[in-house]
Amino acid sequence: MKAFLLHDAQDGVGVAVIDIKAGQEVQGAALHGQAAPRVKARMDIPLGHKIALRDFQPGDTIIKYGCDIGKVVAPIKTGEHVHVHNLKTKRW
Amino acid sequence: MVDASFSGYRRENGRVGIRNHVVILPVDDISNAACEAVANNIKGTLALPHAYGRLQFGEDLELFFRTMIGTGANPNVAACVVIGIEPGWTQRIVDGIARTGKPVAGFSIERHGDIQTIAAASVQAKQYVHWASELKREHCRIDELYISVKCGESDTTTGLGSCPAVGNVIDKTVAQGATASFGETSELTGGEHIVKSKAATAEVAEAFMKVWASYSEMIFKEKTDDLSESQPTKGNIRGGLTTIEEKALGNIEKLGKKTRFVGVLKPAQAPGGKGLWFMDTSSAAAEAVTLWAASGAVVHLFPTGQGNVIGNPIEPVIKLSANPVTCSTMSEHIDLDVSAILRGEMSVDQAGDRLLEIMLRTCNGRLTAAEVLGHREFVLTKLYRSA
Repeated sequence: MKAFLLHDAQDGVGVAVIDIKAGQEVQGAALHGQAAPRVKARMDIPLGHKIALRDFQPGDTIIKYGCDIGKVVAPIKTGEHVHVHNLKTKRW
Repeated sequence: MVDASFSGYRRENGRVGIRNHVVILPVDDISNAACEAVANNIKGTLALPHAYGRLQFGEDLELFFRTMIGTGANPNVAACVVIGIEPGWTQRIVDGIARTGKPVAGFSIERHGDIQTIAAASVQAKQYVHWASELKREHCRIDELYISVKCGESDTTTGLGSCPAVGNVIDKTVAQGATASFGETSELTGGEHIVKSKAATAEVAEAFMKVWASYSEMIFKEKTDDLSESQPTKGNIRGGLTTIEEKALGNIEKLGKKTRFVGVLKPAQAPGGKGLWFMDTSSAAAEAVTLWAASGAVVHLFPTGQGNVIGNPIEPVIKLSANPVTCSTMSEHIDLDVSAILRGEMSVDQAGDRLLEIMLRTCNGRLTAAEVLGHREFVLTKLYRSA
């Protein structure tokens, strides 16, 4: 069983499908396209939450489902938790 | 592929229902007490108390009448008793429901009082229950079914598992001639370009974008922040969803891979033919399902992540979840567990077949979790303040 899933091979975040613990080296898979990223979790990522698959800077766009899901508002390192503290909507 | 036929109730106008309710329908908030008294007197009836029906006007009043008439007219309703404070609007709803050919009678409280009204309405309701209890289910085809779809308390697992499973059922049933409807206008924001691309014609695409833009304008006019905790909800955020864009992209997995939608409906408007339709609805579960029931939908598919417990009094709501925590901690609310998708042990196609099977069992009479638990959320959509 994989620890996280990507919707699309170009996604910059994965969705944890188990509770991932800080320090764990975890394997993911993409539902569409070829991608099997492996990352080291820098913090706990609860089931259903997102793990960064690369570094992001404020102003960057995060891609999930192959689409824009919002803008980065605080620096994110690979393996960190991506959520409301560092990602905001571009719409509202 | 599951054998897609079922036993339903074929009504006077040819439409097919899967439940056989005798409804006691209040025209207005102040007639709730009389309706609840009738439903208490006469077993086998169902009162639908609500908060509105007084001093509404304009488009809001039109939506009110469409919702009330549509609810009584729904094929899951065998017969209907309508009670209002005065006879005029009561009769308008009675006449609207009567166009289906089903038994319906109206009673008004002024110049009689609650007690006389309750007595007269109870006599009528009792006759309807005896009559309805002898109606027989008949063999019905999938192309006679009208299905609505909407998710609630979504999280990232709905986009991975339960919404794609619903999309798979939409592809399978609409291809066989079923009618279906999706909505949640505000909650398509971030994926509206994808929805637009799924319209059957350029005209339908344009009509959809016009409705979506109008809802967005309302949000921009009223909003005081970025809506975080309202849309996405606090529960969505707890489940890992961060932005409206992310939520919308999961939501629209319910539209299926192949199906194109054929038209745009006003809230509570009945589809004009078979196929998949977009309806302009709120994204709040009870409001939206009430609108679909009023448009004639007889069964609802409801993916949930964190565990929305909604039901509807006349349209059975089938819940599925791909979140293993929700499926274990809230199992009494979940009709179908598709969390095996997350473990890579179930394909979306297999989940769709399982959902189709439970949907047909529900059509044949199996009570859903929400029905057994007594969830009867009947919530009218109100467009603006009363006069």
